[in-house]
Amino acid sequence: MVAKFDLNDDSVVVIIGTGAGGGVLANELAQKGVKVVALEAGGRYLPEDYINDEWESFGQLAWLDARTTSGSWRVHKDFATLPAWIVKAVGGTTTHWAGASIRFQEHEWKALTTYGAVEGANLLDWPIDAAEMAPWYEKAEDKLGVTRTGNRPGLPGNNNYLVFEKGAKALGYKEVHTGRMAIQSSDATGNRISCQQTGFCFQGCKWGAKWSAAYTDIPEGEATGNLEVRERSHVARILHNEAGKVTGVEYFDKDGNLQMQKARIVCVAGNSFESPRLLLNSASSMFPDGLANSSGMVGKNYMRHTTGSVYAIFDKPVRMWRGTTMAGIVQDEARHDPSRGFVGGYELETLSLGLPFMAAFLNPGGWGRGFTTALDHYENMAGMWIVGEDMPQLTNGVTLSDVKDQYGLPVANVNFDDHPNDIAMRNHAYKQGMAIYEAVGATRAFPTPPYPSTHNLGTNRMSEKAKDGVVNKWGQTHDIANLFVSDGSQFTTGAAENPTLTIVALAIRQADHIAREMSAGNI
Amino acid sequence: MTKHDLRGLTRRQLLSRGLSAGTIAVVGTGFIAAPDAAWAVEVTTITPEQMATLLQMARDIYPHDQVADRFYAVAVKGYDSAEQKDFVAEGVAALDAAAKAAGFDSYVAAGWEEDRVKLLQSIETTPFFQTIRAGLVTGLYNQKEVWPIFGYQGESFSQGGYIERGFNDIDWL
Repeated sequence: MVAKFDLNDDSVVVIIGTGAGGGVLANELAQKGVKVVALEAGGRYLPEDYINDEWESFGQLAWLDARTTSGSWRVHKDFATLPAWIVKAVGGTTTHWAGASIRFQEHEWKALTTYGAVEGANLLDWPIDAAEMAPWYEKAEDKLGVTRTGNRPGLPGNNNYLVFEKGAKALGYKEVHTGRMAIQSSDATGNRISCQQTGFCFQGCKWGAKWSAAYTDIPEGEATGNLEVRERSHVARILHNEAGKVTGVEYFDKDGNLQMQKARIVCVAGNSFESPRLLLNSASSMFPDGLANSSGMVGKNYMRHTTGSVYAIFDKPVRMWRGTTMAGIVQDEARHDPSRGFVGGYELETLSLGLPFMAAFLNPGGWGRGFTTALDHYENMAGMWIVGEDMPQLTNGVTLSDVKDQYGLPVANVNFDDHPNDIAMRNHAYKQGMAIYEAVGATRAFPTPPYPSTHNLGTNRMSEKAKDGVVNKWGQTHDIANLFVSDGSQFTTGAAENPTLTIVALAIRQADHIAREMSAGNI
Repeated sequence: MTKHDLRGLTRRQLLSRGLSAGTIAVVGTGFIAAPDAAWAVEVTTITPEQMATLLQMARDIYPHDQVADRFYAVAVKGYDSAEQKDFVAEGVAALDAAAKAAGFDSYVAAGWEEDRVKLLQSIETTPFFQTIRAGLVTGLYNQKEVWPIFGYQGESFSQGGYIERGFNDIDWL
C-alpha cells in the first residue's frame, strides 16, 4: 500500500521535513490524491520506541547535527552548538512538543498596525487575518483533538497545575485553566488513548495520547498509497531550470549516497534553521544569494518567542513531574497593553523538567550551594514557562557558517540578540510568575533563563509585498511559483501563542491551495 | 580536611582496615577509597592524588550533603584515561598552585568548603574547571541511583503513569 515513486517521476510534490508543517501537508495532499515524496533527515520512532528518560531520549530524538551560534543571547554562551531543542525524526518536533494548541489573537495578525513601528524591530502585518484563518484553525483543532475546543473536555489538573492555579487566582487572574492541549482527554472524543498522566510529554508520548504527525498524519497519508516517506534522507540542495522553476532536489540517502529526486513542486518544511539554510545552500549562478531570496529576507527576522521559566520551592512536596508536562495556562497577560512597558503579550504555562534536565537548565553554568540547595528541594518545586511575542529583527537570523556538516554542507549559524521589548516583557513575566508562586507560599523562586529554542520562527517570512518577505499568503515563494515554504519559518510575526496549531492550520490551508492550483494547471 | 597518605598499603590492607571517618577519600597505590571502605576507585593512568582532587572538586562544585561520595566518584572516574591524563595533571597542578598561593598545602588540604570554593572561583573560567563542571551535570545528576535521594521518580510508563498514582495528590494547598 505504501507508495514508491521513481527518482525520475517529475509529477510528484517533494516535501522536505515531516513535522507539524511538512507531515501535515504530506498527509493532506495525499488525501486529495496528490503524489508526494517526503524526505526526512531523521529516522522513524514510534510510541513503543520512545524513552522515559530525559538524556537518553534527547540522544534518540534531538537534532544534534552541527550548528553554530553568535550574538548576545545566553544560549550562545551556555549551549553554543545547540541553539534549538528540536527533533530529527519522522514527525519532527511534533514528537517533542507539549501539545499546547492556542489560536493567535485577532490583533496579532496585524502586529505593525496594532503596535505601530517599534525602533529596531522589523514588524510587519501578516497578509492574512483571523477571519481568513478561523475555518483552518477549526480543521486543525479537529485534526489534533484539541481539548476545550469542539466537544472535547479539558484535561484534569496535576499537582504542578494546582499550585499554579491557586497562585494565579490569588493574584486575580481570570483566564486560568488546564489549557487547550492536543492531548486526548476523554475516550469518547477521539481515537487516541486518553492521557495517563505519565509525564515525559517532551520525550514522545508512549501512549500516543498526544498528537504527533509520526503516528497520525504520516501513516494516514501512507495508507492512501500516495505518500512515500524516505527516512534518513538529508536534502542538500534544491535544483532549478533555466526558466527559474524548481525541478527537484539532491539528497543524501540513508547510506550517504547522493540521489536526485525530480519534482513538480517542492515544499520546504525543515524548520526555521534548516529551511533558510537549504535555500541559501541552493544558491546558483541564476540565484547567487540563494533561492527565493530576491528580497534578501531568507534567514532574516528570526524569532524564538520571549521565553524563560519560573521555578519555585515550597515547604511541602509538589512533585511537579507527575502528569502532563504543560497542561496549565494563564492567558490574562497575553493581551496587548503597552502600559506594562512593552508591546504584545505573553502566556504563562505550567512546565516541569525531570531532575537531570533541571540540573542542566535551572541556571546553566551555575554551581555551588546557591545552585545545589535549589535542587535539594526538587520534590517541593513547581514550574512554569513564559511564552511571549518577540520582535522580528533584521540582524537576528540564520546565515551559512564556516563549519560544515557530515555531508560537507555549510551548517546554519544562528545569531540572536534580545530586543529591548523582549527584555522588558521577560522581566515583567518573571515578576508575575514569581508573584504567582509567592501567593501560594513559595519560600524561594528562580527566574530561569531561556532554554535552547523550541519555537523557531520567521526566517522565510510571509509578506504581502515581495520586497518585505520570502513567501506570499499561501506560503508560495514570491520568486518561484513551484517552491513553497510550509513550516514555522513562514511566520511574519510570532504572536504570544505556541506555534504548532498555527503551523498545522497553515499547512492544511496550503494543501488546499496547492491541490487547487495543480488541478487548474497553474503550477 | 585531613589527607591520609596511605601510599604503600595494599588495597587489601586498606579495605580490610576500616579507617577513621572525616575524610573524603584515602589515597592508596593505584586507587582511592572511602575511609570506611564503602567504595573504591581504581586509577591506572592519573595519580590517586589527582583522582582525590577531582572527587573533592565534584563535591565542592555540586555539594549535596545527602548524596554519598560514591556517586561523586562515579561521576569523575572517567577522567582516568590516557586522553585526559595531561589535562587532569595540568588542571590539578594549577588548582594546587592557587591553593599554595593562598597559604594551603594543596586544594584538598584546605579544610573549609568556603576556602576551597574561593580557590575554584579563581579558576572558574579555565577549560579545566568548565569541563569538570559541565561533565558533572550529566555525570552526577543522570545517575538513576541518585534520583530517589531527590525524590525524583524517573520512568513511569511501565507503571501506568500517575493517573492512579498521585498526579493530583497535593494536599496542602
